[in-house]
Amino acid sequence: MKPFDYVRPATIEEAVQAGSMEGSAFLAGGTNLLDLMKGGVVEPQRIVDVTHLPDLSAIDATSDGGVRIGALVRNADLANDADFAGRFPAVAEALLSGASGQLRNAATVGGNLLQRTRCRYFYDVASACNKREPGSGCDAREGENDGLAVLGWSDRCIATHPSDFCVPLVAFDAVVEIAGPSRRREIALEEFHRLPGETPEKESVLEPGELIVAVRLHAESIAFCANQRYLKVRERTSYAFAVVSAAAGLIVEDGRITQARLALGSVAPKPWRARAGENLLAGQKPERAAFERAAEAALAEAKPSGDNAYKIDLARRLIVRAFERAAAGTPNPLPALPASPFAHSPEAAHV
Amino acid sequence: MTLSIHLTVNGAAQDVALDDPRVTLLDLLRERLHLTGTKKGCDRGQCGACTVLVDGRRVNSCLTLAASLEGAEVLTIEGVARGDELHPVQAAFIANDGFQCGYCTPGQIMSAIGLISEGRLDGDPERVREGMSGNLCRCGAYAGITNAVLEAEATMSETAKEAAE
Ligand SMILES: Cc1cc2nc3c(=O)[nH]c(=O)nc-3n(C[C@H](O)[C@H](O)[C@H](O)COP(=O)(O)OP(=O)(O)OC[C@H]3O[C@@H](n4cnc5c(N)ncnc54)[C@H](O)[C@@H]3O)c2cc1C
Ligand code: SF4
Ligand code: FES
Ligand code: FES
Repeated sequence: MKPFDYVRPATIEEAVQAGSMEGSAFLAGGTNLLDLMKGGVVEPQRIVDVTHLPDLSAIDATSDGGVRIGALVRNADLANDADFAGRFPAVAEALLSGASGQLRNAATVGGNLLQRTRCRYFYDVASACNKREPGSGCDAREGENDGLAVLGWSDRCIATHPSDFCVPLVAFDAVVEIAGPSRRREIALEEFHRLPGETPEKESVLEPGELIVAVRLHAESIAFCANQRYLKVRERTSYAFAVVSAAAGLIVEDGRITQARLALGSVAPKPWRARAGENLLAGQKPERAAFERAAEAALAEAKPSGDNAYKIDLARRLIVRAFERAAAGTPNPLPALPASPFAHSPEAAHV
Repeated sequence: MTLSIHLTVNGAAQDVALDDPRVTLLDLLRERLHLTGTKKGCDRGQCGACTVLVDGRRVNSCLTLAASLEGAEVLTIEGVARGDELHPVQAAFIANDGFQCGYCTPGQIMSAIGLISEGRLDGDPERVREGMSGNLCRCGAYAGITNAVLEAEATMSETAKEAAE
């Protein structure tokens, strides 16, 4: 690890100021940042430790009946907050399917949104990587790319955003609150991450010094709580990143879907809201044929970026299963193996 | 730049001077405080050998910057027994053959103590396996580990009930 200065600001204003200086990085749980620093992938000159800032660790009700989650709330604490998990069970399930018990105790809300890709060439400093070193090339294009993007990628970068948490958040219209050097602002999570285009090193809309202070979910999204699921296909049962994941939510009245929500994880450089799939479901009966049409529409623009055409098919099937599980009702309590598409349940009896 | 932090390790309050902010909690424990029970496996958050409790919660000490722990309470494997009386999780690991070489064991035990205190196991082996998935064991002692955690959970909730009566 390269030497760095360590500062521990006492207020958000001080943090933003220190964060605006060239070479600064915010430290939250450290579970991604320290890993990247140990590998020499990122080399900040100054670590701005935000973990001691006041007022960023609460889960509050908002005046409109929604939820405001402070940026320093630990992933485990949010997932295990009974009130929150009752309103947003797919968000809790996604959190519990990520990383390990130890990591979830350390990882924060803000850090989870800003975690970097797991593309192996990004991690390997001997490889060419436009994201790590703009203009150096992309060794993933001709390399081991079976886990990489099928949506939203560019010739410059085919990496995926690996977060589980962000997938149901983007499905249920989360908003990110940001404090910056000159102003506070907020932006829909759907607009928060950027597609790579020509500049894969720019991953979010954050400007230097800008700090995530909270994530908000609206009251309207709570209406999906009875019929929602997050499902995650992994290469092993637990403690693995998603190959493909899906968050699905339904509002069903008198046997018809009135609204649907759908987002995909680990298929694109950002958590991927699949509105085309949602739109097809309004007015339909919650049945397999409708879910299959939605899945088709959700992946209509997908194309392989390498040895990963299988992910397109996998995503379609996972969408169908996620909607079928959502239609069957949110499980309570959450299953022992969160987000497992193979967990015991009637429709998985054949696996 | 020298930085000084105040923290409690296994019940003893300490002021620690850090000559370099790069020191992780794992290196602080092993190299500076000579508490070598906590093990370094991967040093990258992937194996769980370095698990300790910080403010009662299990974390990977290899991904925790010591400088950020101002005011924290740290519990390591050296601090869990009461004199000669083993912690119930330690005793259960012995009774259930929860190890072979023993390298992963301090991390497994600290992780199990954290997991049991999280309070959601309900005697379900599936929940134990899922909850312990952040601790790898190259000897593959998983069956014994799962049984040990289940047994310790049962003993500890029995003891808690008796204490409440
Ligand atoms: C072995 C392993 C397995 C994992 N498995 C999964 C998994 O299955 N699913 C999954 O989703 N994740 C997984 N993760 C990733 C984990 O979820 C992230 O590392 C974690 O969420 C990051 O949060 P943090 O608070 O530790 O962030 P940090 O590491 O502290 O920070 C990450 C980045 O965010 C920036 N940052 C942090 N907070 C703020 C803020 N408030 N405002 C602005 N910038 C900020 C930092 O500067 C840094 O660039 C895994 C990680 C490991 C090590
Ligand atoms: S896919 Fe993106 S992150 Fe991976 S090597 Fe190419 S440029 Fe780097
Ligand atoms: S040494 Fe910390 S997780 Fe492996
Ligand atoms: S007992 Fe040898 S690694 Fe677990």
